[in-house]
Amino acid sequence: MGKASKRQETLGARAKALVSDLTFRRGVLSILIFLTLWEIGFRFNEWFGVMVPFVGKVDAPSIVATRWSDVVLLPGYWESWYLSMGRVFLGFLIAQIIGIPFGLAMAVNKYFRGMFFPPFEILRPIPPLAWVPASIIFWPTTELSIMFVTFLGAFYTIVINVLGGARAVDIQYLRAAQSMGATQWDLFRKIILPGTLPSIFIGAAVGMGITWEVVLAAEMISGGGQQSGGGLGFFIWSSYMGGVMDQVIVGMISIGLAGYISSSLIRYIGYRSMPWRRMF
Amino acid sequence: MADAPDMMQVNNVSKAFGEDWEREMVIENLSLKIRRNQLTAIVGPSGCGKSTVVNLLAGFEKPDSGQILLDGRPVTGPSKDTLVVFQETALMPWLTTYQNVTFGPKLRGDIPRDQLKEAADSIIETVGLKEFRDKYPLQLSGGMQRRAELARALINQPLVMIMDEPFRGLDAMTRQLMQEFYMRLCEQEARTNVFVTSELEEAIILADSLVVLSNRPATVREVVQIDLPRPRNLEMLSSSQAYEYKRHAMEMLHEEALKSFKGVGSSSDFLESYSRRP
Repeated sequence: MGKASKRQETLGARAKALVSDLTFRRGVLSILIFLTLWEIGFRFNEWFGVMVPFVGKVDAPSIVATRWSDVVLLPGYWESWYLSMGRVFLGFLIAQIIGIPFGLAMAVNKYFRGMFFPPFEILRPIPPLAWVPASIIFWPTTELSIMFVTFLGAFYTIVINVLGGARAVDIQYLRAAQSMGATQWDLFRKIILPGTLPSIFIGAAVGMGITWEVVLAAEMISGGGQQSGGGLGFFIWSSYMGGVMDQVIVGMISIGLAGYISSSLIRYIGYRSMPWRRMF
Repeated sequence: MADAPDMMQVNNVSKAFGEDWEREMVIENLSLKIRRNQLTAIVGPSGCGKSTVVNLLAGFEKPDSGQILLDGRPVTGPSKDTLVVFQETALMPWLTTYQNVTFGPKLRGDIPRDQLKEAADSIIETVGLKEFRDKYPLQLSGGMQRRAELARALINQPLVMIMDEPFRGLDAMTRQLMQEFYMRLCEQEARTNVFVTSELEEAIILADSLVVLSNRPATVREVVQIDLPRPRNLEMLSSSQAYEYKRHAMEMLHEEALKSFKGVGSSSDFLESYSRRP
């Protein structure tokens, strides 16, 4: 009996626990009910001759599933996943790398805040998509301009959350640390940083959602037919142009899944790095 | 240092807050002695500036005029020698009990690593949190959090331990248990304590001397020596001696509290404000 079998055991136990978990069951049940209603809504016309508004016009799950099983075999579909994922993660990552230090600097230094907060606040209400034309001019390739717009989508949310989180760190923690002999650097590293961590992850989760919204729209606007393109947004757009409605829905659900996977990833990292937040 | 009787001396300290054109005096000519190895309790009407006194003693704020001496030397800023145990709790939520307790010594590096573990474990055991050594603060009950906080303060061996309403927000039962626990702790080891509270009974049963502050701007109204025998217990509160202390202090506090309602008018206003006090 080695380590592997033990791990298998715990994995099996976990799977068992998951299946018997009521929340998990409710989740599965709700999705099944949703799909059934959708299917019935679509079939209503052929069964009873009555067209159900909205749902009646959307291809049923069974049709979408059939289409999906064909699409999965196409390399182009997976290329779309790869391209969108790449754009989202790169834009998101750069937004984190620049946004977190920027937000922290504004939180701890009033001169820095005085300098950079006003322009930041003026730029913030501009929707990322309004940047599309300008960024196409700014950046040499379409790829870069899509990534830039994606970056903007996450950046503002990240900065605002980090700034708010860092400034909301309880002064009592700072004072307690100070009276135990902490230097300025200690305060930053041992109090401000861990104290801001929850807000960093909230910013990341919200930012990730916005990134997916933005990347899709950017791909639709600028992706098609140019030097670069593709991505799930373009996949939907070209399916629509080609009149393949069930493929449009395949694209939509793919985005939903992609977004779910990315935010689960962030939640998981947050869960791992903040042990004090998972209790009982 | 020679055997000076006073651990801390507060000489004619004043402190005001606000901009120049509307400065508000919070503390005016406050003089106070904190005796070595005694527990000095400070009480005062709500809003009189008790927290400012704490911040001044701890070095978080500097007096506008006057002087605060610790062991003969002026207090220049926060340090481990005037350690504060805060209202509610200031345990870092991201550190376990053990990590919280070792936070200070690790920062300063003044206890060698191998001794630190031993020292921390023994202090954690003293406050009865041995089984909760590796739990996070939110996993502890209110009373346990206060005890963890005490442990975190004790390990730093401060010259003066300043307690700023440390048992506030606890339910009555837990509060009593904490008072008894703290009483034992003070009686077992010689330590200089400043205990700021708004609960008069708590102050009387714990203190060697009771400082009653006046209404804002705060100054010392009277210092009452509490001569209840040691070791003490909570039952002593019902003794006639304790009752006399309480009656006397209550009278002063009531008088001071009324001053802040001067000009407010009717007694209903007073009652309303009084019932809204924290």
